[in-house]
Amino acid sequence: MRFRVSSMKVEASAGSQNMPPLLKVENLVKCYARRSLVGRGEELLALNGVSFTVFPGTTLAVVGESGSGKSTLASCLACLESPTAGNIWFEGKDIVKVEERVRRQLRPQIQLIFQDPASSLNPRWSVLEILLEPLILRRKFTREEMKQCASSLLERVGLSPDFVERPPTELSGGQRQRLAIARALALQPKLLILDEALSALDCSVQAQIANLLRELQSSLGMTYLFITHDLAMAVYLADEIAVMSRGRIVELGSAEQILDQPQHETTRQLLRALPRMTRALPAPEQ
Amino acid sequence: MRYLLRRLSHALFLLAGVSILAFLFTALAPGTYFDEMRLNPQIAPETVTALRAQYGFDKPLPVRYASWLRSVIHGEMGFSFAYNGPVAPLLLVRARNTLLLTITATLLAWGIALPLGVWSADRLGRLPDRLLSWATAGLLVIPDLAVALGLLVLAVRSGWFPTGGMASVDFETLSPFNKLRDLALHMILPVTALVLSSLPLLVRHVRAAVADVLNAPFLLAAVGHGIRKRTLLYRYALPAAANPLISLFGFSIGVLLSGSLLIEVVMSWPGLGPLLLEAVLARDLYVVVGGILGSTLFLVGGNLLADLLLYWADPRIRTESGAR
Amino acid sequence: MASVLEIQNLQVSYRSREGILSSALAGVSFDLMPGEIIGVLGESGSGKSTLAVSLVRLLPRNGEIIRGAVHFEGQDLLRATPDELQQIRGRCISLIFQEPSLALHPTLRAGEQVRQVLAAHSAPGKSALNERTRQVFAQLFPEDADRISRSYPHQLSGGQRQRVLIAQAIACGPSVVIADEPTASLDSATQMELLAVFRTLRERMGLAMIFITHNPALLSGFADRVLVLYGGQVVECGPAATVLASPRHPYTKALFQSIPAIFEERGSGRKTKLPVILGDSARSSLPRGGCPFEPRCTERMSVCREREPSLVNLSASHEVSCFKYES
Repeated sequence: MRFRVSSMKVEASAGSQNMPPLLKVENLVKCYARRSLVGRGEELLALNGVSFTVFPGTTLAVVGESGSGKSTLASCLACLESPTAGNIWFEGKDIVKVEERVRRQLRPQIQLIFQDPASSLNPRWSVLEILLEPLILRRKFTREEMKQCASSLLERVGLSPDFVERPPTELSGGQRQRLAIARALALQPKLLILDEALSALDCSVQAQIANLLRELQSSLGMTYLFITHDLAMAVYLADEIAVMSRGRIVELGSAEQILDQPQHETTRQLLRALPRMTRALPAPEQ
Repeated sequence: MRYLLRRLSHALFLLAGVSILAFLFTALAPGTYFDEMRLNPQIAPETVTALRAQYGFDKPLPVRYASWLRSVIHGEMGFSFAYNGPVAPLLLVRARNTLLLTITATLLAWGIALPLGVWSADRLGRLPDRLLSWATAGLLVIPDLAVALGLLVLAVRSGWFPTGGMASVDFETLSPFNKLRDLALHMILPVTALVLSSLPLLVRHVRAAVADVLNAPFLLAAVGHGIRKRTLLYRYALPAAANPLISLFGFSIGVLLSGSLLIEVVMSWPGLGPLLLEAVLARDLYVVVGGILGSTLFLVGGNLLADLLLYWADPRIRTESGAR
Repeated sequence: MASVLEIQNLQVSYRSREGILSSALAGVSFDLMPGEIIGVLGESGSGKSTLAVSLVRLLPRNGEIIRGAVHFEGQDLLRATPDELQQIRGRCISLIFQEPSLALHPTLRAGEQVRQVLAAHSAPGKSALNERTRQVFAQLFPEDADRISRSYPHQLSGGQRQRVLIAQAIACGPSVVIADEPTASLDSATQMELLAVFRTLRERMGLAMIFITHNPALLSGFADRVLVLYGGQVVECGPAATVLASPRHPYTKALFQSIPAIFEERGSGRKTKLPVILGDSARSSLPRGGCPFEPRCTERMSVCREREPSLVNLSASHEVSCFKYES
């Protein structure tokens, strides 16, 4: 597989070039067994030898149609499922093979954000409880510390600290996604996996969250794995794009390469399916 | 298929377990049939000891269980001391009577509960629905025994129905049609008692399950396609609400069965209930074990039937278990 | 040409548990011509889903149509009896719902679900019904119509399920189809495929469509006219090509700019922030009296807070509700 260091990445995070990769996935295979009538195992290869590398402070977008295996990839990386074969090196440690004790330490550093934040937020809890649940599991806090911590997290994602006592049901879709990001940030993760995290939001809100993600990247040096079917947003957010189809990465390159010289048919199809109205739109005022 | 086989093997294990437990507990309970004989001065102690030996009561429990198992295989299921014969034929007649009662009551209760529950769910929160809710709540708090006794009183006062038993004295002389009519007349009271005892619960569950489904997007979509109300309720809502109801169906068979044991005693219906009661009082060991096993068989059968229905009703379960 | 559907000053409100009415549609009017595709563009809180369901009176229990009229073939649907409505729904006006996985009955075969729609509106024999069902399936699934019609929804892909929904909607040959975000949960290739299906159906059956979406990109090359909803009001309406290429209302402009535009962003442009509309999508509880977009508008004037703007004709067919264009 072609792997070029894109010019964008150098520009985005000078110096990261010489840093060791944050995440290195090698030959990842995930196979689901389906039983059929006669008991003969039918196998579904959701991931069929996926390899890529993500450097700290950069964004890799994984783009593909539904059923291409991109969500399976997300669950494997977030340790929600264990891959059938292959290695996932996170900061030099293989999270597939390490013992449970080590994995438990590594896991909080990889946070997953879902498409629909509503279903991952307990409606009976207040925003404060939602935000700090992962922290409280680790150590005790005084009431004052908790409030302070929650306020600073909320501020960081552009939510008013007044939300602290309210239930998440009072938040709009965009606000809930901000809350989900804030909760993920509470554990000070190094890698955020965004599994279709923008897809359910309104266009104008998508833009807000996309900007937030970029702000967080430049201020905290976050690393993103942005999983989406929206190629346009992938180009906007990512340094590199991996195009997936049927459990394989069929093309991997900088956002520019993917746009200008798509090599694989799947990529061309995705580009063709991209609504062309953008050409007619007025250029953004800067 | 695999799903059904798995369910069937579960059922078999359950039956074996219940038989061992029933055997153990009845054997551990103080006193045997022969202890009462011993108190009778007309029977010589030697005779009692000989009888004990004949029925294997001098052997350890596992041996007795094994010999009982052997007699089960021979279709005897042990020996009744009180009736002085094998248990199986005795049980069979009684079980048939109980089944007749339970099945009729089950069908009738569900036959009323389904339309009533759907009707009520369709009017959720409106006056008719609220009235029905009150009525079912009222029925729910009256104990089964009170219902049965009340019905008995009614029957005695009015003289409309026979007040007990399964057949009139002159049953054997009746024509086939009149035999059926006589049986039906005798069944009215116990069946009514059983239906009344289980109906409120069923209606409430049907109503809740259907009301739940009536808010589902696919029903709104069906309304949007101009599907008629009747079709909507019975062809769309009811099947979609079926899963919890089918499980309840299996459960309701069990409830009706235990209810019927009680009602049989009160209304002197010659089913398993009175037999079991007599046997327990007389320490007629193998009849007790057989009766318990018979009831368990009904229960397990009911649940198996529910599983089968579920398998038939929900294509998603079919695919899950791999039989496409 | 006479319109097939004429919506006049439609006002719909929802009653909260405390009994307070909040407005979801505040006077929406437009005409739908035979065979026309109108794209209704709006974000959450704009009232677009309320519009879809109130046209055929499928509002949830707490929804109330305050006033207005929906004329279809000389009849006001808002005053039709339940029986009349049942006959109109599915036969004259069909609805396609948002989530194909939720809008299909989970335990009925796809074919049966289409057959039931046909059976509700005609009383031919069983074989005629089956034959008609087969035809409808053949139209939407040229390849394996039989297999799909025998399948249960959970055995179908998202795109296939959506096609079954379309089959239900067009089975009785309606003249109007209202589709509420029919492609929102599908990936882009399937989305494009379905838009093509809709276009073919329009050509073949002369269907008029109200296509509701939050994604303006879907409308270019698809819709004939675009209607932009904000806060329960039409803020802009005009031919799709005009509105999409040169939007005039501040909201429409800002909305289009907030979508990452690939073909313009090569090179250095990419690193700039996306222009966003500040604040959240309109909440129906906004104070009335001014322009609904005023709180988020970057071009607001003092008059915007004082009274509601009305639709101004920019050209014969392009209307905008903004004081900037009032003379």
